[in-house]
Amino acid sequence: MIPGALREEVGRDAERIVYVARERLLEAMTWLKNTPGQEFDYLVDVTAVEYRDRERPLEVVYFLRSLGRKVDLRLKVELNASDELAVDSVWGLWRGADWLEREVFDMFGITFRGHPDLRRILMWETYAEGYPLRKNFPLRGRSARAEQVRQALNANPEAHYSLEELSIAEAAGDLPDDMRERLRRGERGVIPEPPA
Amino acid sequence: MKRVGETKEISGQSPNYLVAKFQNLVDWAVNSSRANSLWPMPFGTACCAIEFMATAASRFDFARFGMERQAFSPRQADVLICAGRLPFKLAPVIRRIYDQMPQPKWVISMGACASTGGIFDNYSMVQGIDTIVPVDVYVPGCPPRPEGLLYGILLLHKKIKGESLFDAVRRRDEQPLDEKGLRLSPETIDEISEPFGNSVHQFRSS
Repeated sequence: MIPGALREEVGRDAERIVYVARERLLEAMTWLKNTPGQEFDYLVDVTAVEYRDRERPLEVVYFLRSLGRKVDLRLKVELNASDELAVDSVWGLWRGADWLEREVFDMFGITFRGHPDLRRILMWETYAEGYPLRKNFPLRGRSARAEQVRQALNANPEAHYSLEELSIAEAAGDLPDDMRERLRRGERGVIPEPPA
Repeated sequence: MKRVGETKEISGQSPNYLVAKFQNLVDWAVNSSRANSLWPMPFGTACCAIEFMATAASRFDFARFGMERQAFSPRQADVLICAGRLPFKLAPVIRRIYDQMPQPKWVISMGACASTGGIFDNYSMVQGIDTIVPVDVYVPGCPPRPEGLLYGILLLHKKIKGESLFDAVRRRDEQPLDEKGLRLSPETIDEISEPFGNSVHQFRSS
């Protein structure tokens, strides 16, 4: 029995779907990865769903696979949109979760507690219009086109480097002055608060 | 101001005749040189880049039109070919590449997405690269066939051959960004990227 499992379903593609309580996600994941007979050693994907039905909670979906046993498993965590959108990061179990969780954070605004470097990954870091895949986000964005062009042109193309990457370049003596300045100040520009 | 041509009188001819002749000769020499050895800077972001590669490869071979050397450095390029859709994240990149190209420089916008945003009428896509850099030739198509791109290149040749070193109106000046960091006025940008496609009824909060 998976710890923290709330209920189980079989998906339309005959795949096993397990809903897990949010507080016990990390426990369940650790159990699934390390227990003999489970051995889900491969995290295929992390994504999220928001349904058109506003009553339904958001779901964070984890696709697991056991390479040795050739078995798939789908894990879901339900989050109410009115609550804080946060789950524990599984980065400690699967390093591959790093960018997957960043993408979910970028598109849905779901925070992953314990993620080492939770930044936007697809949109630029100073993107201020919110989280594009949420249902309350207009398809063409919140700002007028001219404002979007202005913000895009004023974005610094190099601003997406993490401080770690900057410090590696600094150690190699290969850092332009403006980026050295950013590293010294320990920041990557003003990151705006997204609209509620 | 005394001009060279005015000292010479030829019966039945305007005094500026020789000057004009000379200018035409210079223009012809310069423009032919430029038009027939365009070095393209490919900026391929999507499926148009595949057609671009086909155009460069042996079957269509735009080396026949003097584009033998593709300059993968903007510093040695004459014409920027934007092949594919351009997300907002790449807008400052293409602008910097354009700024790095030496004068004279031209831009070909290849395909529907680069020219208008195409089907990508959404929050992340530039609605036409002409809001970012000035464009000389728009090649329609999704993606355009290599013949289409070749036709666009030939149109660019025609345009270059019509330019004149002595015509201040046609001289290609730098088009720097204004203090807001825009190339066009906000009204113009909103006008040329107006609602299109299936999202006409989208609301905006601003």
